[in-house]
Amino acid sequence: MAKGYSGVSLPFPTLAKEALKDTQLRTNLARATTTIRDKRARVVGEVTDWEELRQAGHDIKMASLSNLSAHLTKFESEFTAAGGTVHWARNSKEACEIVARIAKENNIQEVIKVKSLTTDEINLNEYLATQGIVAKETDLAELIVQLADEHPSHILVPAIHKNRDQIRDLFVDKLAEAPAGLTNSPRELAMTARAHLRKKFLTSRMAVSGANFAIAESGTLCVVESEGNGRMCLTLPEILVSVVGVEKILPTWEDLGVFLQLLPRSSTGERMNPYTSFWTGKGDGPKSRHVILLDNGRVQTLADEQGREALACIRCSACMNVCPVYERTGGHSYSSVYPGPIGAIITPQLLGEGEAKTLPFASTLCGACYEVCPVKINIPRILVYLRGKENSANASLTEKIVMRLAALSLTSKGLKVLGTAIRTFSPVISSRPAQKIAHYLPVAKKWSAFRDIPKTRLTRKVRKP
Amino acid sequence: MSSAREDILRRIDSAKYGMSAPVPIRNYTSTSTLSEVELLDLLEDRIVDYKAKFIRTSDVAAAISDIVKEHSLSRIVIPDGLPSAWTTGITDTTLTSTELDNFDAVVTASEVAIAVTGTIVLNHSKSDQGRRAISLVPDTHICIVKPSSVVGTVVEAVARLNPKDHQTWISGPSATSDIELERVEGVHGPRNLYVILDLSS
Amino acid sequence: MAATQLVLERLGIEIIATEQSCCGQMHINSGYPKLAKPLVDQVEKNFANCDYIVAPSASCIGSLREHEDRPALVAKCFDLSEFLVDILKVTDLGAEFKHRVTFHTTCHSLRVAKLGNKPQQLLNAVKGIEVVELPAADSCCGFGGTFSVKNSDVSGAMLEDKLSNISSTHSEFVVSADNSCLMHIGGGLQRKGGKIEVLHLAEVLASRG
Repeated sequence: MAKGYSGVSLPFPTLAKEALKDTQLRTNLARATTTIRDKRARVVGEVTDWEELRQAGHDIKMASLSNLSAHLTKFESEFTAAGGTVHWARNSKEACEIVARIAKENNIQEVIKVKSLTTDEINLNEYLATQGIVAKETDLAELIVQLADEHPSHILVPAIHKNRDQIRDLFVDKLAEAPAGLTNSPRELAMTARAHLRKKFLTSRMAVSGANFAIAESGTLCVVESEGNGRMCLTLPEILVSVVGVEKILPTWEDLGVFLQLLPRSSTGERMNPYTSFWTGKGDGPKSRHVILLDNGRVQTLADEQGREALACIRCSACMNVCPVYERTGGHSYSSVYPGPIGAIITPQLLGEGEAKTLPFASTLCGACYEVCPVKINIPRILVYLRGKENSANASLTEKIVMRLAALSLTSKGLKVLGTAIRTFSPVISSRPAQKIAHYLPVAKKWSAFRDIPKTRLTRKVRKP
Repeated sequence: MSSAREDILRRIDSAKYGMSAPVPIRNYTSTSTLSEVELLDLLEDRIVDYKAKFIRTSDVAAAISDIVKEHSLSRIVIPDGLPSAWTTGITDTTLTSTELDNFDAVVTASEVAIAVTGTIVLNHSKSDQGRRAISLVPDTHICIVKPSSVVGTVVEAVARLNPKDHQTWISGPSATSDIELERVEGVHGPRNLYVILDLSS
Repeated sequence: MAATQLVLERLGIEIIATEQSCCGQMHINSGYPKLAKPLVDQVEKNFANCDYIVAPSASCIGSLREHEDRPALVAKCFDLSEFLVDILKVTDLGAEFKHRVTFHTTCHSLRVAKLGNKPQQLLNAVKGIEVVELPAADSCCGFGGTFSVKNSDVSGAMLEDKLSNISSTHSEFVVSADNSCLMHIGGGLQRKGGKIEVLHLAEVLASRG
């Protein structure tokens, strides 16, 4: 996750503060997240056995992880037997090099891409550019983000931060296919993208994709999409390379009966997404098919007993759509391909110690993410766990002292003293002059920026009957 | 240095040390309790909801011919195993992508239809459903569904299908919601989808 | 506390005067589980002789219930509204409160303690009260314990939205089942200088006009 996605970027609170100033962004986000939240709630509400499906989804993923190496080798042997080629990559560098090598061996200078978080995670496009290979995004939102030279801000709707006027202006500026008098209507904008990409689809020789699921018992890959750009990329070129995280494995074909219910309803809020493609090795479509099985921090995450549950994620984005923090800050504040609540637990684990350390604190622990997660990942629990891990390694001395003092004052004895102190000093600390002074004190000023120190309610008299 | 493969597999085995393997409980609903009539009604409701057209007929040939006339579709591609009584068109052999782009429509059969989600499954390993490319590039897809292929749930559909077969699951015409979450039907895949329910048999 | 005590005593519940102690949630949620442990130990010890531990704070109760390794403790922890509705089977406490109020559903009462609409049932049974629905009632107020300091700006933005929803109801009071959220919302309201005040559910239930 180099370049713009690494732990060296600014801390979450700093980036969030900047993002909050962008009122257009906040309007766009509030509108989009509300829409998708309602859509999801409606189609999930239709499913009477939703809780049973969630539990099964969670258990299947965890069972799969508990026997991961066997499932991976089974997938490999089945995919290979069907005429495909399987590669393994420990990290982003190895994965990128494999893609570039396949392109070069086939004398290819441009590849078309299906929206894939995994390839964003390894910064594939940037690497290919250094090798003289152009990577062309074909998903509408990814295309918008690529044309704007930005990073995605949401895993499902990468351009969620942009409104229709901004997209119209971008197309007029960057696309030769933009007709004169192009309006901001989403239909017209989508048709412009269609015209722009049509020839590419028909003539490109190599495509790169991710995969939503990889079925171990049959060696089958599955890509879930909406626009048909995925089918184009998975069907028409001669060569297809799919970069797949090792955690995407499902043991059996039967498991899809669960996940193809959970995923579409949770992500786009549809009963089923328009297109789902399945392929096993070679056959109908590209003559040459490759899979790169990618680690890039997944195995170290698996090794953490408390944190490994995060690997069950199926990248639906329901958690970010309901997250009150994400709704205000947008995805860029997380400096990660994976923003929102799931990003706050996945990014630090994939990157490893000392990286993305402000992310686990970027949550009020309101629990909305856990409630909607289709595979029942207890995100608040993992957030708290990662906070503890980070504190024991890096908490400041001041913070440690404050927390220790707080712990003492909250014991039975401490509370007696504290109660008396609050009763005695409350009129003073909540007085006007004290409220002003608080603006200049460390920690207190963070509180006082938006709220007063409230008058104590401990002394409020309750009238007895 | 060990290969990436050996290295990853070895580290996975030590990473998951002590991890118990719970057996997933599959107590979700597997089969639908709807009657055939109810199933077909549900399928229609869901397909229409995606803004696709749904036609019930016992004369498939006439229904196709009506669509062709109504939209002045002149060049139609068909897979080589399509029942000849349904329609005439140019049989796909090895048409290139660019050649396919000159067709107005494609007619295919289908393998399974899922009522609750309005999904049609194409099995590209079958000669009446054709290669992936032919049902992708032309702008109109006319798809014939047999009542016997309609199941209630996603779980039932998965049970009927073989993962080794190359498949595409289609739920309505292509669509995007990438701009302000407003749904636009018809992007890169066929912009028009007709589902004909064949009541002849 | 006084209000909770009063409500329970009126129903004939014997309240065992014991030393109080914190549930340790702040330390747990801030990532200091070791500092929280002695606090939880103390709760367990101080309340060992009670049949029930009732607190006017869904958040604290929710936190205590997450100690799966202390089943005896978990089994006897109840939020006030839960205790009244589920254990004592009472919703009408004979309270009277002739004011226009709005109810903030706190995150932890909804998703951690899982109180459902029990607080609202109690509130609706109060004589003379006018309860106005709060837009986006279940969205977080932005407190989140140390979040309000560590991510002060985001917290402030969330509070701002909560306050404008509250003010749109033209209520005299915002009522809630969690003191922490009330402290946050109260601090915000005080800063704005309006007339709306915060009130804990127990205080409304203890009121007799």
